[in-house]
Amino acid sequence: MRASLVNQLRVLVPVKRSIDYAVKIRVASDGKGVDTNVQHSMNPFDEIAVEEAVRMRERNKDAIKRITAVTAGPAKSQDVLRTALAMGADDAIHVEVPGPIEPLAVSKILRAIVDKEASSDEIGLVLLGKQAIDDDASQTGQMLAGLLKWPQATFASKVELEGKGDKGDKVTVTREVDGGLAVVETHVPLVLTTDLRLNEPRYASLPNIMKAKKKKVVKYSVADLGLEKDIEPRLETLKVSEPPQRQGGAKVENVDELISKLKEAGRI
Amino acid sequence: MFAVRSMLRAGSRAATPLRAFSTSSMRQANTLLFVEHKNGAINPASLSAVTAAQKLGGEIHALVTGSSSHAKAVAEAASKVQGVSKVLVSTSDAFSALLAEPIAPLIESLVKSKSYTHVVAGHTAVGRDIIPRAAVCLDSSQVSDIIEVQGEDTFVRPIYAGNALATVMSKDGVKVVTVRGTAFDAASTEGGNASVEEVDAGEVPQPTKLVQEKMSESTRPDLATASRVVSGGRALKSSEGFAKYIEPLADKLKAAVGASRAAVDAGYADNALQVGQTGKIVAPELYVAVGISGAIQHLAGMKDSKTIVAINKDPEAPIFQVADMGLVADLYEAVPELTEKL
Repeated sequence: MRASLVNQLRVLVPVKRSIDYAVKIRVASDGKGVDTNVQHSMNPFDEIAVEEAVRMRERNKDAIKRITAVTAGPAKSQDVLRTALAMGADDAIHVEVPGPIEPLAVSKILRAIVDKEASSDEIGLVLLGKQAIDDDASQTGQMLAGLLKWPQATFASKVELEGKGDKGDKVTVTREVDGGLAVVETHVPLVLTTDLRLNEPRYASLPNIMKAKKKKVVKYSVADLGLEKDIEPRLETLKVSEPPQRQGGAKVENVDELISKLKEAGRI
Repeated sequence: MFAVRSMLRAGSRAATPLRAFSTSSMRQANTLLFVEHKNGAINPASLSAVTAAQKLGGEIHALVTGSSSHAKAVAEAASKVQGVSKVLVSTSDAFSALLAEPIAPLIESLVKSKSYTHVVAGHTAVGRDIIPRAAVCLDSSQVSDIIEVQGEDTFVRPIYAGNALATVMSKDGVKVVTVRGTAFDAASTEGGNASVEEVDAGEVPQPTKLVQEKMSESTRPDLATASRVVSGGRALKSSEGFAKYIEPLADKLKAAVGASRAAVDAGYADNALQVGQTGKIVAPELYVAVGISGAIQHLAGMKDSKTIVAINKDPEAPIFQVADMGLVADLYEAVPELTEKL
């Protein structure tokens, strides 16, 4: 018999609404950002994080009690919470923030959520994408782990949780590092970030999308979390510009011409 | 995210520095540079980070962490790197795997006790893992993957897979920056004459342990720093295709082998070979893209190469828009011919 249900793991999955990865972005005419009046979707690495949380529960039913998706952003970011709920998250938290926020601020918001939930239903694992494909920062998970003083396992391509979701349960993570893979052993509570090859996210089925509409989304303001000062940007964007465009060169007719051109250019 | 829209609070440049030690508006930069090393060798990205740090002005102190058997030799090597004025070496067995939990607190305490204005490291897997954890403990909004230093608080970095460049000014007291290795020349590993100072590691947290490393074995040059790269895409159809077509060409050119995400996901090539936004960023003299269509995520990883050659049978493939030399041909015929004639 299980000791106590309370020991089961609650997983928090932060997700971000970002410009869809397939959109060819354009620099805005004011030179201060990019044109955001385009298709948005859930950051692809976050989809992998949601999928992994759901799969962890499928693999180890006894260990995972609840999966909570969370996002920080404007009202529209509720879309990505609904997607996460349709993929299998149980409930969601929306922290309403009007403008863009930096990873440092997001990590503080996430810590506040972890702290706030600790009194009712403690969070033992936070699963994030390794980076958002808009700012490409790759910081939030590591920053959150630093704030919580939890261990971190970044760029995971395989995750194995042993045990029943108790504190201190061993987690073995295969990480994608430069030059290959590194297997590390760590324990919950833990912050994990996902790499591309961790899994193949599922599509939400229509019935699940309908069910997701009934799932609970709790809304907090930044003031509710006492973080008004903490979300102020520390970085000022002075300019956003197009990268220098490459001039596509001429096509060559055959291999011989390619070789002679390469020789001419001094590349071989 | 921060780069998407202009900040509304324009003008409030003055942030509270962690420690104001100068009344002058010109603060002398004082940089702590994290040195990444493996098997006794300094990672080239750390040497590029030295070059970036030199553009900040002021002194550069290199931090070498590792087990006592390795760190001393690396510290010795770091002391000869041009531009480094002091090497701080801290030894503990907990440092040997270059994991974040033990190293980030050391960086934090050094910055606080020695009043560094900047923390700089390479934007590698190790740098990306450790540095944000240190940044948050310094309450600093990190600037990742910079490609240009415009001043001691102003940096240029790519966003949206390199489809836009953001110039950002940090208002933090301590600026924490990771550097794109291919955007800065490596500092010379000779001619420097830095002093070496030992730093007591103190109590070192180690909640995570490295149990195994599975490195892809290769006698070819390292992908991230190779001067020539031959990459294959999904059109290779199998790992045998890579072995039969890509590898001989790479060997002939003394090039590293790369791959598109599609080829990696299909299992044709190892993860470590992926070139692109989520893989390696390369900028070799010569990049040969074989059977790669040229998705924006792939271009983000190689479009700063000096010369790009594309071999693809689809004349409409986007790769041709960036290629200096394009050959519209069946790779199964063209690549063996090229390999043979080189």
